[in-house]
Amino acid sequence: MEPLLEVRNITKRFGGLIAVDNVSMKIFPGEVVGIVGDNGAGKSTLIKVISGVYHADAGEIYFDSKRIKINNPMEALRIGIETIYQDLALAENLNVYSNIFLGREKLKKFLGLIDVLDHDYMLNESKKVLNRLEIEIPSLKNKIINLSGGQRQAVAISRSIYWNARLLIMDEPTAALGVVEQEKVLNLVRTLSSQGVSVIVISHQMRDVFSVASRLVVMRRGQKVAERITAKTTHEEVVGLIVGSIGVDVDN
Amino acid sequence: MIRQIRLKEKSMNILRRWTLFFLAIEIIYFSLVGTNYFSLKNIQEIFISSTIILLLATGQTFVIITGGIDLSVGFMVGFSSVISAKVMVELWGKGFSQEWAIAIGIFSALLIGLIPGFINGFLVAKWRVPPFIATFGMYGIAYGIAEIICGNVPIHNLPPKVGSIGHGYLIYWLPQKIFSFLIKPGNLTRQELKDLIYIVPNITIVTFIFIGIFAFILAKTKFGHHTYAIGGNINAAERAGINVKAHLIKTYMISSFFASLAGVMYVLLYITGRAPAGGARLLDSVVAVVIGGASLYGGKGTIMGTVIGALIIGALEVGLINLSIPTYNLHIAVGCILIFAVIIDQISPEFIYRDQK
Repeated sequence: MEPLLEVRNITKRFGGLIAVDNVSMKIFPGEVVGIVGDNGAGKSTLIKVISGVYHADAGEIYFDSKRIKINNPMEALRIGIETIYQDLALAENLNVYSNIFLGREKLKKFLGLIDVLDHDYMLNESKKVLNRLEIEIPSLKNKIINLSGGQRQAVAISRSIYWNARLLIMDEPTAALGVVEQEKVLNLVRTLSSQGVSVIVISHQMRDVFSVASRLVVMRRGQKVAERITAKTTHEEVVGLIVGSIGVDVDN
Repeated sequence: MIRQIRLKEKSMNILRRWTLFFLAIEIIYFSLVGTNYFSLKNIQEIFISSTIILLLATGQTFVIITGGIDLSVGFMVGFSSVISAKVMVELWGKGFSQEWAIAIGIFSALLIGLIPGFINGFLVAKWRVPPFIATFGMYGIAYGIAEIICGNVPIHNLPPKVGSIGHGYLIYWLPQKIFSFLIKPGNLTRQELKDLIYIVPNITIVTFIFIGIFAFILAKTKFGHHTYAIGGNINAAERAGINVKAHLIKTYMISSFFASLAGVMYVLLYITGRAPAGGARLLDSVVAVVIGGASLYGGKGTIMGTVIGALIIGALEVGLINLSIPTYNLHIAVGCILIFAVIIDQISPEFIYRDQK
């Protein structure tokens, strides 16, 4: 199987600091990969290169086996790479379906002349995508401000899926959520994966990445120090790799 | 859980309508204690004297929903009144017909009035000047330029038709005798003139046509929707691909358009152009929007709410005149209502985002 996304030898410097140092990784369709590492290990910089926020100083990115250049986040979106940041980028004063369609509203003709918002269409389409992802939100006419953190996350994810995201990058998806909500978000990641969407999860929570990711990429001081199949490793080993008490893989 | 939400919705609905109750109570009170307050003539008087506030507040609503504020609208009224009056006087003097002189005067004021709005929007959107500063600067500039244009004296001697348009009505009705549209019947006896019933002032019709159009834009169209989105979360709007800068510029242009329209209405009503016209209406316009349920933090507000807010002030003003109470008391009352409105907003935070479908 061909990887959906492959990055080769990505390097990103900020002045004298090498934030990402010669990192390569692959992600296959429907796969969930966890990127773990301590603060400042270069996780966020790496995903910002993938999502078009930063430009790599060296290295190549392939999507669907084609070499691509991602100049800005809008281009990443067009390609099908979407990042769910912690702030979620939702307008809290608007309702669920308005957020799913924000910036890409469906219009209809009023009296055959004027373009007005087609609320019914947007509501029904949003219902479909939420059903597909098995997300339960009481009413899609609810404003975001009335939703819980997990529900907001689900809305942000539904939006990207509705607009055909094929790779989701989730930055600390369970931070700031209650225990029950955390479990729901992780379930959602599993649902996405089962529907062929690839997911990169960045998290500090060992429990989270171990429960959803099939592969783990460990970063330390800008370098990828190890890659492990989740089923064949332990929390202790991964923590050891993160803090550096276990040496770097020879084959890396 | 669901019952709780229902209950919350119910209490929200009651609170949401407090302005409507307030307006009703106000009208009932003045009708009881005043003379002829609740009459066709006086109700129309309320609408006429609310014209400037209504227009300014409608434009202001768009700006406040994006999270900004437009302080320039006060003297934009004077600016536009001076331009339109000046053009009318000059053209009429050069031998243009009254109609053409008036039409060109109105049109040029509305057109030139878009420029300050563009500059305001440009400063706010592109150079990130805080709206308070950008528009306050424009407030002074508009006033100064208006004084230069009119040479520090009010512009008089306008074509007489200005008055007949500004003080005209849609329907003139003399029971069992005359029923005339737009044209005031001539050759009436003194008694007939006294019995003549005037229905719907021209000024009010034009005012509500524009308010209606922009209420529709705000509530139903993509443009309106994006206005709320920008006020709710400007970063989210940007990331969703909305051209936030262009949108903000358009928003400030809408506000200055309404201020210019208010200036034109001022000329039609008072048959003069004055630089300080409307300066005192700035605060009223902001108050009307806030009473109407908008938040100065942006993201919410409706034109319907704003119209009710403006009418609360207008009805109060006419009521005080009706009772022969000096109008400076109005400022006290308006100040109190404003603070009351903001307190209602503050004590119910879950209530902040409402009404927007």
